[in-house]
Amino acid sequence: MTVVAQPEIREASQTTPRSEVARVALVGNPNSGKTSLFNQLTGLNQKVGNFPGVTVDKKTGTCQLSANQKVQIIDLPGTYSLYPKSLDERVIIDLLYDSASAHYPDLVVVTADASNLKRNLLLFTQLADLKIPAILALNMVDVAEQEGVKIDIPALHKGLGVPVIPMNARKGIGIAALKILILQHLEPTPVQFYTIPDALKPVTETIKARFGLASDYLALHYAHQYKSLKFLSAEEAEWIGALLETHEFKSNVAQADETIARYTYINELLLDVVRVERVEKDEKFSNRLDQVLTHKVFGYLIFMGILFLVFQAIFTWASYPMDLIDQGFASLNGLIQDNFSGPLINLLTEGIIAGLGGVMVFIPQIAILFAFIAVLEETGYMARVTFMMDKIMRKFGLNGKSVVPLISGVACAVPAVMSARTIENWKDRMITIFVTPLMSCSARIPVYTVLIALVVPETYYFGFLNLQGLVLMALYLIGFLAAIFSALLLKVILKARERSYFIMEFPVYKMPRWKNVGLTIVEKVKAFVFEAGKVIVAISIILWVLASYGPGNSFEKAEQQAIVEAKQQNLSETELQNLISSHQLEASYAGVIGRTMEPAIEPLGYNWKIGIALLTSFAAREVFVGTMSTIYSIGEEENVSTIKNKLMMEKDKDGEPYFNLARSFSLMVFYLFAMQCVSTLAVVRRETKSWTWPLAQLVYMSGLAYVMAFITYQVLS
Amino acid sequence: MQKREEEHIDKKSVRDLKLGECGIICCLKDPDMGLKLLEMGCLPGTQVKLNSRAPLGDPITIIVNDYTLSLRLDEAETIMLK
Repeated sequence: MTVVAQPEIREASQTTPRSEVARVALVGNPNSGKTSLFNQLTGLNQKVGNFPGVTVDKKTGTCQLSANQKVQIIDLPGTYSLYPKSLDERVIIDLLYDSASAHYPDLVVVTADASNLKRNLLLFTQLADLKIPAILALNMVDVAEQEGVKIDIPALHKGLGVPVIPMNARKGIGIAALKILILQHLEPTPVQFYTIPDALKPVTETIKARFGLASDYLALHYAHQYKSLKFLSAEEAEWIGALLETHEFKSNVAQADETIARYTYINELLLDVVRVERVEKDEKFSNRLDQVLTHKVFGYLIFMGILFLVFQAIFTWASYPMDLIDQGFASLNGLIQDNFSGPLINLLTEGIIAGLGGVMVFIPQIAILFAFIAVLEETGYMARVTFMMDKIMRKFGLNGKSVVPLISGVACAVPAVMSARTIENWKDRMITIFVTPLMSCSARIPVYTVLIALVVPETYYFGFLNLQGLVLMALYLIGFLAAIFSALLLKVILKARERSYFIMEFPVYKMPRWKNVGLTIVEKVKAFVFEAGKVIVAISIILWVLASYGPGNSFEKAEQQAIVEAKQQNLSETELQNLISSHQLEASYAGVIGRTMEPAIEPLGYNWKIGIALLTSFAAREVFVGTMSTIYSIGEEENVSTIKNKLMMEKDKDGEPYFNLARSFSLMVFYLFAMQCVSTLAVVRRETKSWTWPLAQLVYMSGLAYVMAFITYQVLS
Repeated sequence: MQKREEEHIDKKSVRDLKLGECGIICCLKDPDMGLKLLEMGCLPGTQVKLNSRAPLGDPITIIVNDYTLSLRLDEAETIMLK
């Protein structure tokens, strides 16, 4: 199986190894095993990065070919042809059409699913006609053979004019042969799969001459796609546009004709190469499974069951490692504080390490969520969920694939926004990313529970319906409705850049490849920690500085005042320390800002103390409880009942409880709508590659929060 | 709905197939969508079979060239049958 005959076309200079690190691009249809092959070749030596000017991430990795030969592997999004239909697929043309680009590959490896060779070869013949040296990685040959598809490899190799390597990327078969072949000096195939019709020749030849292109087919692609080729100057694009007009070039018709011509060629080629004695056993199994999993009733029930399991996992399994991480950072901080002192150490412990802890604590949730998502994707179940939900979601400007991020958003918006990547359509993906943070995430829970406990009595209906629980559920429901209706609003506002398709291959059910699952988790966690981490650390440092320093000698005054008050009230040493930090917070820049913003938040019923909490909560909502405890001088203890008691004792100027029904609900509503999460903003910025979206989100959600909290306070008071 | 039936009184599309029923593709009506469908193997002369419907009736899955393709009814409507 691993012995591969060399094509006769090139005899000389085959074994001269390349002197420099070469670039190999991996191209192939979705579900052709491209990701498995990429993982086999690169293992953990992979990174996700955005290439300049490209809106979607590209994965690259290095592959050790031999003891002293390394090669860079570029993983490109799965596509069915070189005519891109989505933003994702556009990455391919950016890479393959500009031979002057620093990322232009020396070689392409095309993966093809052996059981569906005809359709997989369409992309291959297009690439081959670009005259880039290519290797065909014929994947899952053994599986196809079991299904009754027999492929005559030497005949295929002869027909295509490039090396063909039978392999099973999942099991690692054929990888060694592929590595050997990559090392060798390969030439483009001499076979021309598509002859450009005479009618188009004047166009292609003029373009070829003007840009000095290597192939006629590349010139044809310039004609079809000049509008999206970023490396062309405006003048060059204009020139092509004018040329096409004089020759009455019809892009649609030409593309359709080309596709049919290619399929005709492939059909003839495969006549002698592929013999099918199909047993149709596997397909029937998948179909039978579909009858249950996409059933009118059971389909939705099973889906709900899986969701329930995912939530349970995120909430329960994640809490143990999250506590460990929390404790780990706390003891690290303690260790440093016990042994060192000074303002820099404070910055390190209260700013940087506290900030980092805030990032790291999300890792278990992200890992668990993406483990589930990867398994659901790998098995092919996700395609079925999308299929079942598409019609419902479409009404709100979303699409079937938006279900996953929205549901994940109840745990944490950060991984949820990242999971929106599976949505190919730009508009649908942007709407999904935009509305996902409205789903009530787990960070809102501490805020909700403290405030509900303050004002909602613990009454039971019918013996089991807890009123406090009902209020909590209502808050989640409001969040969901807000997300759905915001989507509807955006649907009207946003102009679609591309047409929404739902033409999608339905993959056959498969066992998940655990290596792929593991690598997905590592990749997502790494992306989160490094990208969102940078921002959250920066913000924590700023917040630390604002809360730790005050204008002039205000801090000393605050301390002295606290000592005087403590003597009057006969307070203990710890109570004194708490009082000092409370007074100092009021005197700090954060306190000053809180005072300054008081007029703005007064209509919502808040004072400057809540103002500081609101402000610090913009980094992360959980901070609310911590800030309130500092302000109400109970130190760092995040003991809910203590906070509750302190808040209960707070009186307004008439001697009534300060946290009354109106204020508490106004606060809950504010926390429900407001975008108070730097991690989410950072991730949205990362995923959309622009500041426009996170800023729009910040403005929209904060505005919504303000208006809703205002209405709540005014109606209830 | 009424209008659609009048327009294609003598022409069937994949949308009109019954569950499990087969047809032979004659042409693709929508040029934009047509290309995507062509690339996915929905070529004139190919056999299609309506395989299943989503619980709410839309989208559907069809079988072309031995693999399953899911698409919306609006998209299925553009695949005309002989």
